[in-house]
Amino acid sequence: MSKIIVKNLVKIFGDHPEKAIKLLKKGYSKNKILEESNQTVGIYDINFSVNEGEVFVLMGLSGCGKSTLLRCINRLIEPTSGTITIDGEDITTAAPQAVREMRRKKISMVFQGFALFPHRTVLDNVAYGLEIQGITIEERRKKAAQVLETVGLKGWENSMPQQLSGGMQQRVGLARALANNPDILLMDEAFSALDPLIRKSMQDELLSLHNTLNKTIIFVTHDLDEALKIGDHIALMNNGTIVQIGTAEDILTNPADDYVEKFVEDVDRTKVLTAEGVMKSPDPVVFLRDGPRVALRLMREHGISSIFVVTRERKLAGILLAEDALQAVKEHKEDIKGIIISDVPKVGVDTPVIDIIPVIADTKFPVAVTREDDKLAGILVKGSVLAGMVRRGNNID
Amino acid sequence: MTKLPIGLWVEFIVEWAQIHLEWLFDFITMIIKLLVSGIETIFLAVPPLVIIVLVFILVWFVANRGLAIGTAIGLFLIQNMQLWEASIETLALILASTALALVMGIPLGILTARSDFAHKLMMPLLDFMQTMPAFVYLIPAVLFFGLGQVPGLFATVIFAMPPTIRLTGLGIRQVPAELVEAADAFGSTEWQKLVRIQVPLALPTIMAGVNQCIMLSLSMVVIAAMIGAGGLGTEVLAGLSRIDIAKGFEGGLAIVIMAVILDRVTQSLTEKRKIKV
Repeated sequence: MSKIIVKNLVKIFGDHPEKAIKLLKKGYSKNKILEESNQTVGIYDINFSVNEGEVFVLMGLSGCGKSTLLRCINRLIEPTSGTITIDGEDITTAAPQAVREMRRKKISMVFQGFALFPHRTVLDNVAYGLEIQGITIEERRKKAAQVLETVGLKGWENSMPQQLSGGMQQRVGLARALANNPDILLMDEAFSALDPLIRKSMQDELLSLHNTLNKTIIFVTHDLDEALKIGDHIALMNNGTIVQIGTAEDILTNPADDYVEKFVEDVDRTKVLTAEGVMKSPDPVVFLRDGPRVALRLMREHGISSIFVVTRERKLAGILLAEDALQAVKEHKEDIKGIIISDVPKVGVDTPVIDIIPVIADTKFPVAVTREDDKLAGILVKGSVLAGMVRRGNNID
Repeated sequence: MTKLPIGLWVEFIVEWAQIHLEWLFDFITMIIKLLVSGIETIFLAVPPLVIIVLVFILVWFVANRGLAIGTAIGLFLIQNMQLWEASIETLALILASTALALVMGIPLGILTARSDFAHKLMMPLLDFMQTMPAFVYLIPAVLFFGLGQVPGLFATVIFAMPPTIRLTGLGIRQVPAELVEAADAFGSTEWQKLVRIQVPLALPTIMAGVNQCIMLSLSMVVIAAMIGAGGLGTEVLAGLSRIDIAKGFEGGLAIVIMAVILDRVTQSLTEKRKIKV
């Protein structure tokens, strides 16, 4: 069932929107309209519907109108024309009193910059929406404390927001939005200001909260990875209008036009590409039975300062450094078993590049790529990972 | 080219007001007299030593021990110079004019923050009020209210109110747009948004306006004394007219002491309220 239906929604910024609408009907572009009539087209020709209980993502680059569209839904921005129907009622014609009531009971919002009130404690921030409805202090604080617990902030009730980390602050923002128990959550780039790791865990948490609370969520983001991860449906916006609506898979496999295709192409390939796709062949290697002289000669021939050592079955034994090999030669040692470093960084062939990068960054040696049976499949150095990513990028062009 | 009779026009308006608004001026006179003499009576009824001790405790409480000790020393000095009564007169004038300036200035400041039209109207007016030499206000003040404390207070309020309006407006405009939007998004009424979000967040700036208001009131003390407002200003003027260095300096010193105390106390009130946004 459709919870929200948006039809022919238009928002023009300026004093004479009728001029711009006339030009829009003639098919003029946004820039042309700005030039001709001095009116800015925020969004136009917006049509979509959101099912009850789904996560609907509005995605696009900055300036595409996604935040404007989101704010039309709770009328923080007054749409110029068109209708927004929530539970069968057109809210674009609702009186200010009714809009306020709707914001208090039905629709809450989470902001990109958290927008927590710095002069209120965490608890009173969360209780704000209840407070302005005239709910008694005991009752609203009790409710707020419960919601804080669901977002994992029990014990922080009396802290001030600025004492919390970014991720925790946005949990407060989320709790504040949930405290009124609304049907609909509007989230405006809610996680964009967070560190990547925290952002990821907040996404996971939102999804699990969504599973239990079953709210209808409209989520604005400019991050395609985020959109693909959390959106049941995704509306891709460009230049003030929606260019494609569909599930993540629809959009990835059947991009509607060049713009979408280009957007999808920018999907973070480090999550798609695996070690196997970017590794170099494991050559040269030395075998455990080889002596330090052999190893040293191979390293000199290939101009490298370390070499992987494998067993007869080509299982990874360790790495041998040139200086250790040289030392061994000087000391007339015949065997390299004692001088190899067996604790080498290694990754499986299926490891996505995004997980390889930290391993490479942490080590001064090349990284070994091994198969399930521990056989050496390839070698990763910084250069080969970068080259691999670029090569893939070019192929798609 | 003929000279435009701008001065005559203003004179005409003032005379018109003098005749037709007499009832208003009488009413204002009554209220101001009541206010000023009320404050004076209260302060003069209490022995100076008791006041000094009470102020000492108050300052220690709102600020710190050092300031409290300094305040006590300053007040003893005033008492010792036999300027206690004059100081109380001045203090009453300052407190009354500050109170009136705040009562009018803060709502006007809020208005300028909420309405661009009011802002555009008010800003040149405030510039005018602040740059017009304070002496000029004395003329209509005397015409409207005669001589004494009331015209002195009238001129002081006009001179001291602009920073309160400006800083209140500025403070409220500076509340981050996202916070105002958040208040709206949860269904606040305009009034709820103002008293729960905007004013509390603008408070440090508003307090800076209060501080400015007090300081400007003090700077009017001597000027207001020219039309018989009394207090420490009279001491300084007497020193000037008799070329009595000792009298003039002592009066001036007492004003400085009061200024420093009032400034530091209001500033430390602001500091304590400061919230990082």
